[in-house]
Amino acid sequence: MGFFERIFREPRWGVHPDDHKRPAADAPLRVLPPPARLYLPLHQHVGGAARPVVLVGQKVLKGQLLAEAQGNISAPIHAPVSGTVAAIGEVTAPHPSGLGFAAISIDSDGEGRWIETEPALDPFALAPEEIARRTAAAGVVGLGGATFPAAVKFALGKRLAVSTLIVNGGECEPYLSSDDRIMRDHADQVVDGARIVMHAIGAREALVGIEDNKPEAIAAMQKAAAAYPEVKIRPVPARYPMGSDKQLIQTLTGKEVPADARAAEVGVLVHNVSTCAAVHQAIRLGRPLVERIVTINGGAVARPGNIFAPLGTLADELLAFCGLKETPARLILGGPMMGTPLLHGKVPLVKGASGILAFDAREAAVPKAGPCIRCGSCTQACPMGLLPLEMAARIRAGDLDGAVDFALSDCIACGGCAYVCPSHIPLVQYFSHAKGELAARERARLRTEAAKRLAEARLARLARESREKAAAAARRKAERDAAKAKAAARAEGAPA
Amino acid sequence: MSNVIGIPVAAPHASTTNSAGRVMAIVMAALAPATLFGFWLYGWPAIYLWLVTVAAATLGEAFCLRLMGRQASPVLFDGSAALTGWLLALSLPPWAPWWIGAFGGLFATVLGKQVFGGLGQNLFNPAMVARVALLISFPVQMTAWIAPLPIFSAAAPGPIDGLLILLKGLPPAFDAVASASLLGFAKTEMSRGIDLLQAMAHAPLQAWYGSRPGSLGETAAWLIAGGGVALMFLRIISWHIPLAMLAGIALPAAILHAVDPARYLDATTHLLSGGAMLGAFFIATDYVTSPNTPRGQLIFGAGCGLLTWIIRTWAGYPEGVAFAVLLMNSLTPIIDSYVKPRIYGRDRKGVALEPGK
Repeated sequence: MGFFERIFREPRWGVHPDDHKRPAADAPLRVLPPPARLYLPLHQHVGGAARPVVLVGQKVLKGQLLAEAQGNISAPIHAPVSGTVAAIGEVTAPHPSGLGFAAISIDSDGEGRWIETEPALDPFALAPEEIARRTAAAGVVGLGGATFPAAVKFALGKRLAVSTLIVNGGECEPYLSSDDRIMRDHADQVVDGARIVMHAIGAREALVGIEDNKPEAIAAMQKAAAAYPEVKIRPVPARYPMGSDKQLIQTLTGKEVPADARAAEVGVLVHNVSTCAAVHQAIRLGRPLVERIVTINGGAVARPGNIFAPLGTLADELLAFCGLKETPARLILGGPMMGTPLLHGKVPLVKGASGILAFDAREAAVPKAGPCIRCGSCTQACPMGLLPLEMAARIRAGDLDGAVDFALSDCIACGGCAYVCPSHIPLVQYFSHAKGELAARERARLRTEAAKRLAEARLARLARESREKAAAAARRKAERDAAKAKAAARAEGAPA
Repeated sequence: MSNVIGIPVAAPHASTTNSAGRVMAIVMAALAPATLFGFWLYGWPAIYLWLVTVAAATLGEAFCLRLMGRQASPVLFDGSAALTGWLLALSLPPWAPWWIGAFGGLFATVLGKQVFGGLGQNLFNPAMVARVALLISFPVQMTAWIAPLPIFSAAAPGPIDGLLILLKGLPPAFDAVASASLLGFAKTEMSRGIDLLQAMAHAPLQAWYGSRPGSLGETAAWLIAGGGVALMFLRIISWHIPLAMLAGIALPAAILHAVDPARYLDATTHLLSGGAMLGAFFIATDYVTSPNTPRGQLIFGAGCGLLTWIIRTWAGYPEGVAFAVLLMNSLTPIIDSYVKPRIYGRDRKGVALEPGK
C-alpha cells in the first residue's frame, strides 16, 4: 500500500483479526468413527422444532426420518447412524444457559446401514418445486451458522425471481476452516449443488465469493467450475465480516440490501458452500443431512483439524478424537467472533456447528475493560455504518430508546467493534443486553395490551349480561303485569 | 452441572492487542523529535519546565484518583495524563518559571479532565484549558518569549543556571535574549500603526528549519508536522482534522494576503507560526474532544482553522489556536448529533432504501 493511499484511503468497514486457520485448515480431513450414542436435538434450525415420529426401542437405519418438520418454517431430523432409539427427552442445549433441550438419543449398532435412497440421475429434469421438496425432506438448513431451512429460501427466491445466486465461501471467522475444507476436498459437490440451487430458484448465474486467504480452495473451485461458465469464482479480500450476507452481496454485486428487507428483494440469494454440498447430497444421492465437517481448533487442541462427524456427536468426543494438550479454559461453538461459549463438552454437534474451539488460558484471557477514549475505531470497523460507541454510552446510561435512535436494531452483532476496541469494552454484550431488554419490554407491552383487551372485553361482557338480565327481568315483569291485568280484566268482565 | 469450563462471556472471544496505553505511547514517540529539537534550541530551562509540567499533570491525575478511592497506578500507566502535560509544556514559553508549568499541569488534569470523570469524559481539551487559564491569569509570563540559544552555545545557561532560571525567573544577564514571537510582533506593530510591509523588515529572526522565538511546539513546526504525518501513516489519527484545520487557516490567509499584504500575514507565516502545526496534528485531533465521523471531523477541523485565523487577525490575542480548539470542542457534541455516517441499507436520513433502486 502506497504512502498516500495509506493516509488518504477512506477506512472501510471491517477488521483483520489473526485468522489462526492454519495448520488446522491444511490438515487432511479425518473421519470420526460413529460414537456409541448420539444425541439429536429436535430444534437445530430456525423455526418450529421437529416432532418425533419414532418410538423408544425402535430400530432405525442411517438416514431414516426421526422427527418431521412442524410448521411452515422448520426442518426434519434424520438418524445419523443405524441403531436403536434409546431415549426421547432432555439433553443439554448448545446454548450458554446450559438448559435442557428436547432430543432423540440413538445407540449406534456400528453397521452404518443406509435407508433406501431416492437418487435423482438428472436433477435438472426435475421441477424446481420438486428440488425444493426433496431439499426440505432431507433436512437441509443453512450450514454457515444461520440454520435457516434451505428450501424455504428456494421458494422465496423463486417467488421474487432472483437472478443471482451468491455462494458464500467467505468463511471470515478466524480459526474455522470447514468451508475451506469442503471446497478443497469436494469442490465438484459444491459446484454441482450450486447449479442445482440455481435451477431451483431460477437464477442465471452463481457468484462464489471466497476470501483470498484460501488460495487452495479458490484453485480447486476454479477447476471444478471450469466447465460451467454460469458459476463464477470470485475471490474477495479477507476482511471480517466478509462472510456476512449483506457485506458479501455488496462486495460481489455492489448492491445494498435495504434495511428491513430481504436479500431476495434486490435479486440475490445467498447460500453457504457447505449448504450447496448438502443440496448435492440430498438431490443427487437422496441422502438427508446427517453428517457434516466440523473444525476442531484452538490452543488446547493437540491435533487441530477438520473432522467429518455424524450430527449428535458430543463435543467432548470430538475433542478427545483430536486430543487435548490441556484442560480447555473456554469452549466455543462456532467461531471466536460470534460463537457461543459452552459451559461443558456434553453438548451435541448440530447442523449449524461449523467449529468447536477449545481455547487455552492465554486465548481465553478477557482483557480488562477501560473507559471509552472515543477513538472511533469501532465506527470504522462497523460494517453497517453504525456508531457503536454512541449506542454503548446510551445503553450504559439505561437510555435504550436513545440506542434505538442510533439504529441498534440494524446491528448484526458481528463483534468487529468489540474486537477492535483499544479499551476492550464488551460492546456486543451491551448491544445483546439492550436487544434482550427491548424484546422483554415489547413482550411485556403486548402482554399488558392483551390483559387490557381481556379486561375490557370482560367488563363489556358483564355490562352486556347485566343489561340482558335487566331486560329479561323487565320483560318478565311486563309479562306478569300483563297476565295480571288480563286476569283482573277477566274477573271484572265476569258476571257477578 | 459438573466441571464447568470458563465463564459464559459474550462474543467476540478475540481482542485486538491495541490499547489506550499503546496509542498514547505512539503519540508521545511522534512528539519526541520536535521536543528534543526544542530542548536543543532552548537548553536546560526548557528541559526542566517540560519535566515540571509533565510531573504536575501526572500528579494531578494521581491525586484525583486517590481522592475517588481508585487505584492510581493502572490509570497513570495509560500515559494520557503525561501526554496532556507534554502537550501543555510544548505550548508554553520555553523559559517560563516553574510554577507556570506546575500550575498548568495540575490545572490540566484536575480541572480539565478529572472533574468531568477522567479519561474519555472531558468536553474540552485539558492541555488547552490549562493553557488558556495560564494565558488569562499570567499574561506577562505567558508572553515572555526568548530568542533561540542552542544548548551547547557559549551563551546558553548550563544545568545549574538553567535550574536557577526555572526557579527564580529570567536573570538580568539573559535580558538580551528576550524576544517577541512573530505573531505577537506583527500584532504589536499593527497596533502601533506600522503596516506589515515595513514591520517585516525588522521582524524577529526566522529560520526555515524552526530556529525562531516561540514555544517548543512552535519552533519545530516541520518536526511536529512530520510526527503528525507519521501518526496518520500509523492510522492513529486520520487526515481529516489536520488538513481541514490547516486549510481553514491557510485559505483565508492566502486570499486576504493577496488582497492587502500590508494588513494580512501570508499563509506560510500563519502555518509555521504559533500553535498551528501542533494544534492541527496533536491538539485538535484529541479523540475525546473531537467528532468521531470523517465529515464531522472535516467541519471541526475547518472550524478550528478558521477561528484561529480570525482570532489572530482581528482579536486582541496574537495567537488563537487554544481558543479556537476550545470553542470547537464545545461544538463537538452538536456536530456529532447532526453528522452521522450513512447506515448500510438506509439513506443519510436513516430511512430504509427502496428495494428497486
